[in-house]
Amino acid sequence: MKNRILPMLIMGMGTLYFLVPIWWLVVAASKSRTQFSGTAPLWFADFSLGDNLSELFAYRDGVFLRWMLNSLVYTGGAALLGTLLAAMCGYALAKYRFPGREAIFNIVLSGVLVPATALALPLFLIFSQFEATNTFWSVFLPSVVNPFGVYLARIYATASVPDELLEAARLDGSGEVRTFFQVSSKLMFPALVTIFLFHFVAVWNNFLLPLIMLGEERLFPVTLGLYSWNTQVNQLPELRMLVLTGALVSIVPLVVAFLLLQRFWRNGLGSGAIK
Amino acid sequence: MRPPMRSLGVVLASALALTACSSGGDKDETATSAAACAPSSGPVTLNFTSWIPGIETVVKSWNDKNPNIQVKVQTGPNGNGGTYQNFFNQLKAGNAPDLGQIEYDALPSFRVQDGLENLAACTEVTAAKDQFVDWTWNQVTFGEQNSVFGVPQDAGPMALFYRKDLFEKNNIPVPTTWEEYAAAAEKVRAAGGYITNFSQSDINQFAGLAWQAGGRWFANDGNKWTVNFSDAGTTKVATYWQDLIAKKHVSTVPPWTTEWDNAYNTDQAWTWVSAVWGANSIASGAPATSGKWAVAPMPQWTPGGAVAGNWGGSSTAVFKGSKHPYEAAKFALWLNTSEEALTLLNKEANLYPATKAGAKLPALSEGVAFYGGQKIYDVFATASTQVAADFVWGPTMTSTYASASDGFKAAVSGTGTLADALKTAQTATVTNLKSQSIPVAE
Repeated sequence: MKNRILPMLIMGMGTLYFLVPIWWLVVAASKSRTQFSGTAPLWFADFSLGDNLSELFAYRDGVFLRWMLNSLVYTGGAALLGTLLAAMCGYALAKYRFPGREAIFNIVLSGVLVPATALALPLFLIFSQFEATNTFWSVFLPSVVNPFGVYLARIYATASVPDELLEAARLDGSGEVRTFFQVSSKLMFPALVTIFLFHFVAVWNNFLLPLIMLGEERLFPVTLGLYSWNTQVNQLPELRMLVLTGALVSIVPLVVAFLLLQRFWRNGLGSGAIK
Repeated sequence: MRPPMRSLGVVLASALALTACSSGGDKDETATSAAACAPSSGPVTLNFTSWIPGIETVVKSWNDKNPNIQVKVQTGPNGNGGTYQNFFNQLKAGNAPDLGQIEYDALPSFRVQDGLENLAACTEVTAAKDQFVDWTWNQVTFGEQNSVFGVPQDAGPMALFYRKDLFEKNNIPVPTTWEEYAAAAEKVRAAGGYITNFSQSDINQFAGLAWQAGGRWFANDGNKWTVNFSDAGTTKVATYWQDLIAKKHVSTVPPWTTEWDNAYNTDQAWTWVSAVWGANSIASGAPATSGKWAVAPMPQWTPGGAVAGNWGGSSTAVFKGSKHPYEAAKFALWLNTSEEALTLLNKEANLYPATKAGAKLPALSEGVAFYGGQKIYDVFATASTQVAADFVWGPTMTSTYASASDGFKAAVSGTGTLADALKTAQTATVTNLKSQSIPVAE
């Protein structure tokens, strides 16, 4: 019995540690501006989340909703497209033999080691050459790239797509592209979900790229938008409640994505680990 | 094609350019910019980056009336939050906007990097000189002839916010000198409150206090920068606050936090020596104390004196490489001198105008309910005229602030003193200037 109490205690403390900030955010976002600094930080005062939300959505012609939409398009779009590219690339590296295969794989793999933040400034200079900064594409295109996804896809394709199956598909007259979409991608599905989630989170968290690239407010993702507001709080204190409420709303899509996909996420992590 | 910004050569060259024009209007600088300020033919579009909340509204009103000079707004976080770095990146890449918002303390860093267009050749700009409060004009000209590196936008003249009700209830006279302020601090402490909170991480407040006391941190004699964080004025201020901290007569919660708001909201902090925009910070952070505040002139170092400090303020600058400096300057002037724009800026973002006429805006002549109906802006209008004009910012303020703020935090927690912190900041600043090949006298 004793040896179960200790782990439970540690886990409980860990859970508390992670949940308290979120709890604080929920409570803070439910308070009116006048009560925010005057009432207990971890318990509710008068419940005015509704007012805060309507103020947030109405502020500056609903620019916040636009940011949420942008974030979903940047991250969702880039994650979907990036997963497809990573899957095709990893699959090709796993299943086809061609000269330079390992070299390509190693180059892609070394890309995993380069943090996205280190690439933001060079990317800005490159996009400047094409006069394409401050556009949707300046954030979207770099976000599609995902070397870690290629790595995962290759490992998983090697393990889960048998060569015999591909032989059989070829004998039955299926083209390579059709085989990939109708046979192989189905076998790789758990890995694809993992790649998608990893990619989704990576793009969502890549704050520096939009910060450097974008100046047009209507193109901001929600992270950059809220950060901008937050830096203006000293000048316009009214923004504080909008930032808090906005932060609460902005984590909803992530929570939803995780709740829906956590089953696959766990599977994918496990299979990535042993194979 | 634009040379790489941070390369040694450019920094040296710009430092030399600085030398050239600061030694009394030498040929090069004026000659090149004279040619630069001519009207463009046909309609132009200008890019303008600013983080002022609601700036779009102000710009729209310009665009409606000036079909031939359309201004496109770009926005982002505040200067030190990333926009300054973006400006430097954009200058490097050759796609900087035509105009940008730059705070006074950041202007020199853009100048030594050769990032700004000198507007001295634009006659409309130089003619506007007298419209601005003297010291704000000096912030953009650096006190030199033939150089105007931006148009002053807003100012942060300082005064004393205090809890009128609590001072009256406890029979404490409202301090008019710093000596009285220290005496009041003791009485306030005895009554269970703190006279104020010492800003441990926002060095700008301290800079404003030093500015008032005659501290001059930087100087440029045309050849070299001088850095001095231990002149008589600054030392006086540092010793004064060190004493209050040591006696625990001031609280030291980090500024701009909920904790800090809460101290004001719950009668824990009784005064704040702050800039004009602080009126809104208190009103919003301490709503429970509405009607109980008042504003008095900043405490003085000599009885009967009339000197104020400044905290904050920014300018609208035209970036090097703008194809339409004439139109850009025209817009910057409208933005920062026209009653229409100043009224909008004040309404949208609480900006306090840098012009003399701006201090008389209708919105700034009314009583403010939060301050018991007092016409508080009259106090600031007077304060604005009492700010010394010869305070110069250095070219590396970001790192100076960071270094001083580390030392201040240590001093507040009892390991070291404010004087130590300033000494460290001085050494760090000199090192930093040297590492950027900016000539510095020791």
